Amino acid sequence: MTPTTTLIALLLLTSLAYYVGKMRCLNLARGLTGGTRELHSLPRYHGWTTALLCIVPALLLLGIWIVLQDRVITSMVIAGMPEALQSLEPSRLGLVMNDIKNLVSGNIVSSDPTPEIKAAAANYEHLVSLSNIARAVAVLGLGSAGLFIGWRMVAPRFRARNFVERLVMILLIASSTIAILTTIGIVLSVLFESVRFFGKVSPAEFLFGLKWSPQTAIRADQVGSSGTFGAVPLFVGTLLISFIAMLVAVPIGLMSAIYLSEYASRRLRAFAKPALELLAGIPTVVYGFFAALVVAPWLRGLGDSMGIEIASESALAAGLVMGIMIIPFVSSLSDDVINAVPQTLRDGSLALGATHSETIRRVVIPAALPGIIGGVLLAISRAIGETMIVVMAAGLAAKMTINPLEAVTTVTVQIVTLLVGDQEFDSPKTLAAFALGLLLFVATLILNIIALQVVKKYREQYD
Amino acid sequence: MDSLNPFILSPGKLEAEHGVATTAETKEELKSYETVGDITVDNPRMTARDVDVFYADNHAIIDVSLDIGSNEVIAMIGPSGCGKSTFLRCLNRMNDTIDICRITGSIKLDDKDIYARDLDVVELRARVGMVFQKPNPFPKTIYDNVAYGPRLHGLVRTKAETDEVVFQSLEKAGLFEEVKDRLDQPGTGLSGGQQQRLCIARAIAVAPEVILMDEPCSALDPIATARIEELIDELREQYTICIVTHSMQQAARVSQRTAYFHLGKLIEVGPTNDIFTNPSAKLTEDYITGRFG
Repeated sequence: MTPTTTLIALLLLTSLAYYVGKMRCLNLARGLTGGTRELHSLPRYHGWTTALLCIVPALLLLGIWIVLQDRVITSMVIAGMPEALQSLEPSRLGLVMNDIKNLVSGNIVSSDPTPEIKAAAANYEHLVSLSNIARAVAVLGLGSAGLFIGWRMVAPRFRARNFVERLVMILLIASSTIAILTTIGIVLSVLFESVRFFGKVSPAEFLFGLKWSPQTAIRADQVGSSGTFGAVPLFVGTLLISFIAMLVAVPIGLMSAIYLSEYASRRLRAFAKPALELLAGIPTVVYGFFAALVVAPWLRGLGDSMGIEIASESALAAGLVMGIMIIPFVSSLSDDVINAVPQTLRDGSLALGATHSETIRRVVIPAALPGIIGGVLLAISRAIGETMIVVMAAGLAAKMTINPLEAVTTVTVQIVTLLVGDQEFDSPKTLAAFALGLLLFVATLILNIIALQVVKKYREQYD
Repeated sequence: MDSLNPFILSPGKLEAEHGVATTAETKEELKSYETVGDITVDNPRMTARDVDVFYADNHAIIDVSLDIGSNEVIAMIGPSGCGKSTFLRCLNRMNDTIDICRITGSIKLDDKDIYARDLDVVELRARVGMVFQKPNPFPKTIYDNVAYGPRLHGLVRTKAETDEVVFQSLEKAGLFEEVKDRLDQPGTGLSGGQQQRLCIARAIAVAPEVILMDEPCSALDPIATARIEELIDELREQYTICIVTHSMQQAARVSQRTAYFHLGKLIEVGPTNDIFTNPSAKLTEDYITGRFG
């Protein structure tokens, strides 16, 4: 049995378990004077208890088996191979094992298989089929055992409801733990690789160096045999593009939010708000080639006609398009906080003879300002981390400039270029990507924390 | 008085029906009802004639005519949903902010129709101020809250002028002594009663002629309420005040005239003393004796 069929069989067994548990409970209730009222839990909770006892341990076993199966079988196959093959160094042995697996699954093999390899392949195939049978038996057996235990546990006073509630809670905790652990795992792996990087390049050079040239020569006698890893130009480029993006996104987003929440009729709002939020649904890669193929050449042409030289991969083009992309972030969040300003404040201002726009300018916006700032900060961290648009529309050369008409590069672009293609994972060039990622992560994390604090403070004001 | 009107009490009828709970009449039955009491005053500041208000299909105010005299406090009472707040909000056109609201009839301020096409609603609201049910100070400093209106209308230019208006308004609202040392602190940090007096100071800072108060004490404790009531009495010398209230005791304490609303109709209007001691309409009697509402 393959894992899939085992799983299907287990699910069938589980539904049987639910039915069996529920039926037994109903049968027991029939013998009681008060009927089902004397039960501590409803029959369906007894059904669920039986079903959960059946599926949870069996599912865990199945998962562990699948994870470990390949490793165990591989080591058993190696143990069964002749001495000569066993004594190969690990990397060669890995290749041999690959061959064996390819042979079994009928893929192309690197060379004509020797009899030893063929024997090992046969052994492997045999072990796999054995494992499949053993797995199905073990999993379904455990499931049946669970079913039996659940069946035995059904009793009028058994607290099946509490049992199910607790299991559901454990399931929810497990889910949230996975999300948290994944985050921690990613941070740690980035951190460890960064530490390796800082072993080769000093943190001071990385943080304060003004020259970024990560290309390292293959041979020591070539020009530029050691790269320089000063991250400052990258951050200057990132900030420049983000700044341009915010120059576009904040005014447009804020004003459209004001229009939508204060002036637009309900019908227009019902249509316009989702339409605006659709901007956030456009894949960033589409924005990217829009920036690179439409906006950048147009800007260049415009510059030519006015006698200004604009690079074809200018920071301006990338920033403009990124700004468009961020508009819905700013407008949607601002719209929410403007709507959260109590109507009584507007009434108070209007009753004093303020016009609609005076009320918005002097009362609504100041009241909503902390929330708007929080939204803008979130948008900035989004802009800093944005990758696809800048990969396509911004340059690769790490130029230290704040002129928006020149090509600059960003942290994310450099991470992409450092890791694209085949890379050796021990050179500072590759490891630099992790250090950049870590720095970027820390920067956006700080921004997010500030933004959330500001938003939270704002919420308390009206509660 | 019109003896054909079924809602007017005759002495015999009063005895006959004493102790019998009145079923609140339906809106349809009330439509033809004529207001009891004198709707006019000698020196009217505002006059409303044949006012009807609709919220979409809901006929919220039915044919109400009422004068509001200069320097009087007129209280509007009635059960929830009787239209008293709606009528109040017609007087400074705050109902304009509600899309589905439609108003017919005429309301005049000093003989000028406030719903006329050429009337500037901004100017109207500067002349007819409003204090709301829930204190709603702006999230600004106490000083800026009061200075908001005068700055808006260009009534003050220099810091000295602003100071004068702010201090005077706070003084009139009886708040100056309590807040003079912390004018630069947020108005939202004051107590509920202080906030409401701040809102009154804010309203009188633009020198209105009429002040509308929509249940100004319903969110306040008894002591704060007493302060506001005292204040209303003092303010009467300079301003005309319309107050909507759920508390009949409050209406009796602060007002000179009382108008009783029921299901969108103005049932009875007259001197407060008469309304509370000797009401002419049966509905009024039932309401003030607590038989419904």
